[in-house]
Amino acid sequence: MADVNRGNRPLSPHISIYRRQINMVTSIVNRITGVGMALAAVLIVWWLLAASTSAGYFDFVNGLLTSWLGLLIMFGSLWALWFHFLGGIRHLVMDFGKGYELKSVDFWGWAIVVLSFVLTAASIMCLAAG
Amino acid sequence: MSYKTDMGRVIGLGSAKEGSHDWWISRVTSVALIPLMLCFLWKVAPLIGGTHAEVLTAFQNPFTAITTILFIMISFIHLAGGLQEVIVDYVHGKATLVVLLVSTKLLCWGIGFAGAFAVAKMAFGA
Repeated sequence: MADVNRGNRPLSPHISIYRRQINMVTSIVNRITGVGMALAAVLIVWWLLAASTSAGYFDFVNGLLTSWLGLLIMFGSLWALWFHFLGGIRHLVMDFGKGYELKSVDFWGWAIVVLSFVLTAASIMCLAAG
Repeated sequence: MSYKTDMGRVIGLGSAKEGSHDWWISRVTSVALIPLMLCFLWKVAPLIGGTHAEVLTAFQNPFTAITTILFIMISFIHLAGGLQEVIVDYVHGKATLVVLLVSTKLLCWGIGFAGAFAVAKMAFGA
């Protein structure tokens, strides 16, 4: 064992009693959206494979993707995509050492949450308009 | 009481020296995915719920075909890296860890390739 004796030091507060901050939430949501989108990615590949196979098979998978459950997954993943996109860009900016001031952390944390919903709504409107 | 020196106890336990490579691949793929994801939303997302003929016609366009193939392949490479990071964080059993790491990576490569092949087949008009 690498760390048998860590001494009798106080432990950092456990997550359940730690005051929740926006950056904790955006961090874990970025991870959840990333893993969650795997489902949509697999469905889209299935849809493409069906399209490259035959018209009948395409209609079957296309129908599944546009069923209420399919649309729920697609629109949910659209939001996840925008959130992960914004969170990812923020990560890239922070890799340059920018945006670590407390004000900036709080502002951009909330900004990506709001923007993710705005962009989702905007892209659904674009898709609906044709 | 150990007879080993401090140095003797820590040698070989340090960084595997590959962490920065995984981190770097994650960044490079994420940069690539910014324009590719926008192209996908623009060109392919509207086809979901469309007709078979519309989909086949759309992938005859080289721009749509190429950006979609790149989007799928790089997405799955990015996903493989992300899943690996999540798995090493949360899974502790050695056997489970190895099985999950290998199976998720192979699945990502396999599904990513399958998606790319499907688009290529439609692009080449088969």
